[in-house]
Amino acid sequence: MKYLREIGEYVLLMIQTLKKPEKWFIFRRQLVVNFKQIGTESIGIVAIISFFLGGIVAIQLAYNIDSPFIPKSIIGFSTRTMLVLEVSPTLLSMILTGKVGSRIASEIGTMRITEQIDALRVMGVNPASYLILPKIVASVLYFPVLVIFSIFLGLMGGYAAGAITGLVPPADYIIGVREWFAPFNLVYSMIKTVVFAFIIASVASYKGYSVKGGSVEVGQASTDGVVTANILIIIFDLILTQMLLT
Amino acid sequence: MIEVKHLYKSFEGVPVLKDINTVFEKGKTNLIIGQSGSGKTVLMKCCIGLYEPENGEILYNGRKFNNASEKKRKNIREEMGVLFQGGALFDSLTVEENIMFPLNMFTKMTLKEKKERVNYVLENVNLSGTNEKFPAELSGGMMKRVAIARAISLMPKYLFADEPNSGLDPKTAERIDQLLHSLTKKFNMTTVINTHDMNSVIQIGENISFINKGNLWWEGTNKEIFHTNNPELNDFVFSTELTRRLKE
Ligand SMILES: Nc1ncnc2c1ncn2[C@@H]1O[C@H](COP(=O)(O)OP(=O)(O)OP(=O)(O)O)[C@@H](O)[C@H]1O
Ligand SMILES: [Mg+2]
Repeated sequence: MKYLREIGEYVLLMIQTLKKPEKWFIFRRQLVVNFKQIGTESIGIVAIISFFLGGIVAIQLAYNIDSPFIPKSIIGFSTRTMLVLEVSPTLLSMILTGKVGSRIASEIGTMRITEQIDALRVMGVNPASYLILPKIVASVLYFPVLVIFSIFLGLMGGYAAGAITGLVPPADYIIGVREWFAPFNLVYSMIKTVVFAFIIASVASYKGYSVKGGSVEVGQASTDGVVTANILIIIFDLILTQMLLT
Repeated sequence: MIEVKHLYKSFEGVPVLKDINTVFEKGKTNLIIGQSGSGKTVLMKCCIGLYEPENGEILYNGRKFNNASEKKRKNIREEMGVLFQGGALFDSLTVEENIMFPLNMFTKMTLKEKKERVNYVLENVNLSGTNEKFPAELSGGMMKRVAIARAISLMPKYLFADEPNSGLDPKTAERIDQLLHSLTKKFNMTTVINTHDMNSVIQIGENISFINKGNLWWEGTNKEIFHTNNPELNDFVFSTELTRRLKE
């Protein structure tokens, strides 16, 4: 029952959000701010995590495929495939939920309890569109960039880990990374990323927007937003995978 | 002039305002007083359209506000300035950007005109030169004054203030009261102020509405309030030692 009501509220909020902004120059200004907060400021964490994840994946593969009959290049190939299909789009999105989602929920939640959202409405602004739309647009546009960046750094991480440990000769790794490339995998990866970006930004916004009470509730909303978004990401990962890859 | 007629508002079946009829007069500081939880904020939020009353009418100079089309409401909103209880300044924007916000939304003023207006209203609240500061860098009293500056930036006909001087020291509180009073006279606004501060009542209570148990219990001026026999009102007004002595 509670979930049904929440879904209803969420849908209504999204209808409010996806309306034409009142003033384009204000929307553009908000968009620039959000590109920075959601995208640019996430580059650091994306770089570190992706590099290490790539390394870990490569070493685990090397450890499991330790047979003289299987060419080492398989490790490069498999690392790439895993990064493109799952590690970068899904795992990274879930990590970014913690950063981006909690930030969005607490920012909007604080604006709610300090009456800033009421102030917007009184000034003739549609607060949903003013606050949430730029966050969704910024996420949907910037996340694919982050994920491609992540795939790239993950591959470098795999290369470095293979070379340093001596488990994967660099030349074999490079050959593997370039082998049997299926462009559709990248398309699939990008579709997932865009869906996840929308989920993170919209769910976190909804949780923040519907806060009632004080700072405790803002913290609660931020946690709720992250948990809900992560669960939805996994569910949609399964649905999209089923739809697109079978 | 703002007329409130037969206003009824409840939350989850519990009535908060049962049948409010009152008039807020032009060029005066109209005070709404009442105990905590009596519905002052609800009444104000109904007036500015943040809550939809279930029954009744709110008229701005004869123009319907609730139940009006979005376009008509927007026209009236343009003539409205609101000071929220906590100031509600946008903390990601500077003082100047905060004050410019309604100008951006409602007017086609050039940047130069907007800057002039910002400086003019900041002057009126004695905060010239704070344009580039962020709300977090201001004291509580300064934030209230910036919020007042933002509320009057469109030169509104109607100004609403929800407990403008709560949480301030007595001297700053009085300054805010006097500021609202003098701005009301200067711009000939219809000003509506929620308060439970007896100092405000005495200083600037030109037209006082006392809300009790969901009804408008008493109406009058700060002169009349000392001579009423209304028991609930006396109970509220003369609840402290200081005010009781004042009466004697
Ligand atoms: N959004 C809401 N949902 C449910 N009940 C509400 C809501 N807003 C106000 N109320 C109830 O309406 C009543 C009046 O509240 P209101 O905020 O108007 O009081 P107030 O007179 O402004 O008090 P204070 O002086 O403490 O600010 C309270 O009992 C409150 O619980
Ligand atoms: Mg109140």
